[in-house]
Amino acid sequence: MENDLINITVEDQEGTVRDLEIPTDISLSLMEVLKASEYDILATCGGMALCATCHIQVLDDFELPEPGDDEADMLDTLHNAQSDSRLSCQIRITPALQGMRIKIIGAE
Amino acid sequence: MINTDICIIGAGPVGLFAVFETGLLKMRCHLIDALPQIGGQLSEIYPHKPIYDIPGYPTIKAQELIDNQMEQIAPFHPTFTLGERVEKLEKLEDGSFILTSNEGTVIACKVVVIAGGLGSFEPRKPAVIGLEDFEGKGVSYMIKNPEAYRDQRVVLAGGGDSALDWTIFLADIAKEVTLIHRSDSFRGAPDSAEKVFNLASQGKIRLLLQCNLNSVHGNGNINKVGVLDKSKIETFIEADSLIPLFGLSPKLGPIADWGLSIDKSAIEVDTFDFSTNVEGIFAIGDINTYPGKLKLILCGYHEAALMAQSAFKYVFPDQKLSFKYTTVNGINEF
Repeated sequence: MENDLINITVEDQEGTVRDLEIPTDISLSLMEVLKASEYDILATCGGMALCATCHIQVLDDFELPEPGDDEADMLDTLHNAQSDSRLSCQIRITPALQGMRIKIIGAE
Repeated sequence: MINTDICIIGAGPVGLFAVFETGLLKMRCHLIDALPQIGGQLSEIYPHKPIYDIPGYPTIKAQELIDNQMEQIAPFHPTFTLGERVEKLEKLEDGSFILTSNEGTVIACKVVVIAGGLGSFEPRKPAVIGLEDFEGKGVSYMIKNPEAYRDQRVVLAGGGDSALDWTIFLADIAKEVTLIHRSDSFRGAPDSAEKVFNLASQGKIRLLLQCNLNSVHGNGNINKVGVLDKSKIETFIEADSLIPLFGLSPKLGPIADWGLSIDKSAIEVDTFDFSTNVEGIFAIGDINTYPGKLKLILCGYHEAALMAQSAFKYVFPDQKLSFKYTTVNGINEF
């Protein structure tokens, strides 16, 4: 059976833009996909919304499920968070992410 | 001074299991942890979360695992220094080590095992150019003595509970208090948020919402901070003190300065025995890295077992190590 694939567009810290093709049945977070794609993300805490080193901005007002309390609390403490900031470790890969554009902010 | 065979930095699950594995080989351990209690992130962050990948336990709560591990290592009588962070590591000519904590506790040992997990939690510093130049000269990231701010013009930045609480507290002490927050609402305790809004409407504090700390200025001491509003216009506020309160973030801390080879905030180790590039120092658990590294508690346990075999030669250089099963030999208390 062929996997369903989605495409997302990623801008890294240097401003390089690249498209990623991601199978939707991999059961990973966006942070894990970005790390596996060799983006420069520390992800010190391993996905517990603790370190904020996987901080991204979701561009174009792309609709995502609202952040949970842990994520919202963490974003609230960040100096460089914007209204479109998210922690990529808290975003699950699903077909709904098709066409999303993100910008990696990463560690302070 | 505390004298021990092995000093373990970090009292999380992996540090605790290192006590067991080295204890089987009759090595004594002292553990030191920056947190005020044993258990590392399991006890501090998610004590009630179930863990599903500990062999033999279909599910176990994080704190239960720590409690069980404490029972498991009781026969080896480990000692602890809690709430202190190791600041300084010194290697002596005979190959042994002297560690000194931020509170001045001194530990002498033959082997150092770093089981520091995520590292220690340190204040997150905003990326403002020149900010570090004013550290201790008006800029601080935590408030130790609120009296120091009496009759001062204080600027706080941040939107969490500590920013709200200190704004309320300092409103009575300082000459002038300004709170800068990037959003127009607070996620902290609603009571505190309401108090802050009230203080602002009474003119007792200045509240700058949807604003960001942008620049710091001064001559020796800080005297002015620049604040960017949502239309990106910068205004300047005269200030004697700036207190950025942007939460805590896990950092390697002083460990980074001990000459260890480090890759992306993790300590590089040899998978033969999880030794670092400094002889006599090992790193196990989430804080190390090697090809194929998985940050799992059970991998840390494996690393602890292999580390113990190599640590033996530093503690008992004249003895030959013979491997024994607990099923054959039992646990020999000492």
